[in-house]
Amino acid sequence: MIDLRVEFAGLVLKNPIITASGTFGFGLEFSSFGDLKRLGGIVVKGLSLKAREGNPMPRVAETPCGMLNAIGIQNPGVEAFLRDKLPLLPWRETAIIANMYACTVPEFGELADTLSGEEGVAALEVNVSCPNVSQGGSAFGQDPAQIRKVTEMVKKRAKGKPVIVKLSPNVTDIASCAQAAQDGGADAVSLINTLLGMAVDIRTRKPTLANVMGGLSGPAIKPVALRCVHQVCRKVTIPVIGIGGIVSAEDALEFILLGASAVQVGTANFLRPDQSFRIVDDLPRAMIKAHSDSLHELRGSLKLP
Amino acid sequence: MVERNCREVKVREVRFLGTWDEPSDFVELTLENPGWESYRPGQFAMLRAKLWGLELPWGRPFSISRVDAETVTFFVQVVGRGTSRLARLRPDDVVIIWGPLGNGFSAPPETPTLLLAGGMGIAPFRGYIENHPTPEFLHLLFAHRASIDFYPYSSMSQKVRADAVQEHSADDLPDIIARIEAAMDEYSGGLVLACGPTPFLRTVQAHALKKNIRAEISLEKTMACGVGACLGCVCKDGQGKHVQVCARGPVFSAAAVQI
Repeated sequence: MIDLRVEFAGLVLKNPIITASGTFGFGLEFSSFGDLKRLGGIVVKGLSLKAREGNPMPRVAETPCGMLNAIGIQNPGVEAFLRDKLPLLPWRETAIIANMYACTVPEFGELADTLSGEEGVAALEVNVSCPNVSQGGSAFGQDPAQIRKVTEMVKKRAKGKPVIVKLSPNVTDIASCAQAAQDGGADAVSLINTLLGMAVDIRTRKPTLANVMGGLSGPAIKPVALRCVHQVCRKVTIPVIGIGGIVSAEDALEFILLGASAVQVGTANFLRPDQSFRIVDDLPRAMIKAHSDSLHELRGSLKLP
Repeated sequence: MVERNCREVKVREVRFLGTWDEPSDFVELTLENPGWESYRPGQFAMLRAKLWGLELPWGRPFSISRVDAETVTFFVQVVGRGTSRLARLRPDDVVIIWGPLGNGFSAPPETPTLLLAGGMGIAPFRGYIENHPTPEFLHLLFAHRASIDFYPYSSMSQKVRADAVQEHSADDLPDIIARIEAAMDEYSGGLVLACGPTPFLRTVQAHALKKNIRAEISLEKTMACGVGACLGCVCKDGQGKHVQVCARGPVFSAAAVQI
């Protein structure tokens, strides 16, 4: 029996497979497709202090081996999440990670304060990288000084809960952004968020998305994600969560080989809604393929030329 | 009306059972029954052929046309990358399916009910007619552009009162709209159900609201997940709030949605 348990940043997960924010709802939407308790963790849809209606339609477009989205953090607000969703989630068995979105540093602090008071919230993920909102989002995530400031604020109000900073790939040097998060006191970084992209319809001569631009995700971005995770793992000492185009257990192991402590599965949840559960089931087989029975042994064992 | 989505829904892999006589832009897609014991006409399923690999990461939503003990059938019009591939499936190709999803149409017995179908919007009404407890109370009005031979109309017209009207050009629209409105007036004390393109649904909705006729309309949107998670298929409800068409619809009371 291969031990899939991972421990990092004060979190203990039964396996390194976490569902990514915005692709798995609040988890409950998927409860008929698999046992939520089998997942290592669930990062819930991005939460703001007040409910947000998000962007106008159309908001999504399929692209070869990927997709664009510009949802705009539609969410019911943090209070509704804590009241209506969290009590229904198996938070004692599976880490529920709250993804937070705000427009200002004090708002991030307020969100962290509210969420960290909840026993059912295992960790906070700071979204400083959403490309689909006019304020906040990438505006924070593209400036290391701002990343550090937001991280410091969240860490101060997190009451000891692990703080994960989710990084944008839409920067010149993602490693320096990770360094800024570490300097601000982050317990871990997760990367990458979506790549800023665009689609055009030649018949209407309009952008496909009402928001004009959107975030590219899916298998198409995996090589970019691997590169970013590699660069960040070589730069910082805090744990790294790999995200970007993971659809299989083999993909997950690629990120772990680079040094990731865990991974998040996003767009693959749309391939079929039981895909994350299938990746968990498939992990031992993929580890045998990688000639290992230990995630600890695999982690960071990349052989560089 | 809202049945919570996905309570017992599983992902299944089933075989494609049909064969194509010749290539067509309108195909009847028959799959093995994935183990569904019941469904509510108006519900839909997400389909994704296994051989799509990663190139097409999304399933495609289709209204369930009919279900029997062995098979489930969909009507598909070729409009893009997914549908053109579905129309070229070969016998025993594997399709990944999750459903039935969404809420479905009301089917009150002994209630005069008008079924308004626009083009491919006829799909759910085939199963609706077959499953209805009192089909003698149903009336199908079918508006279409392509030849009627492309649609399952003739088998349906044998079971219920049915009329069809073809749009040859935009000049026909005023007459077609007048026929729809007159039929709705006839059923103002009953129920009107509509499925079809958005302009068609707008006509139905506007008249239902104007004459205070009880009506339900089935919306169609591009979807990535089909289960309420991605928030890619939203429309605005009566209060102007975004709601997922997949999980809160696809059937809405005409008074409760903005289209």
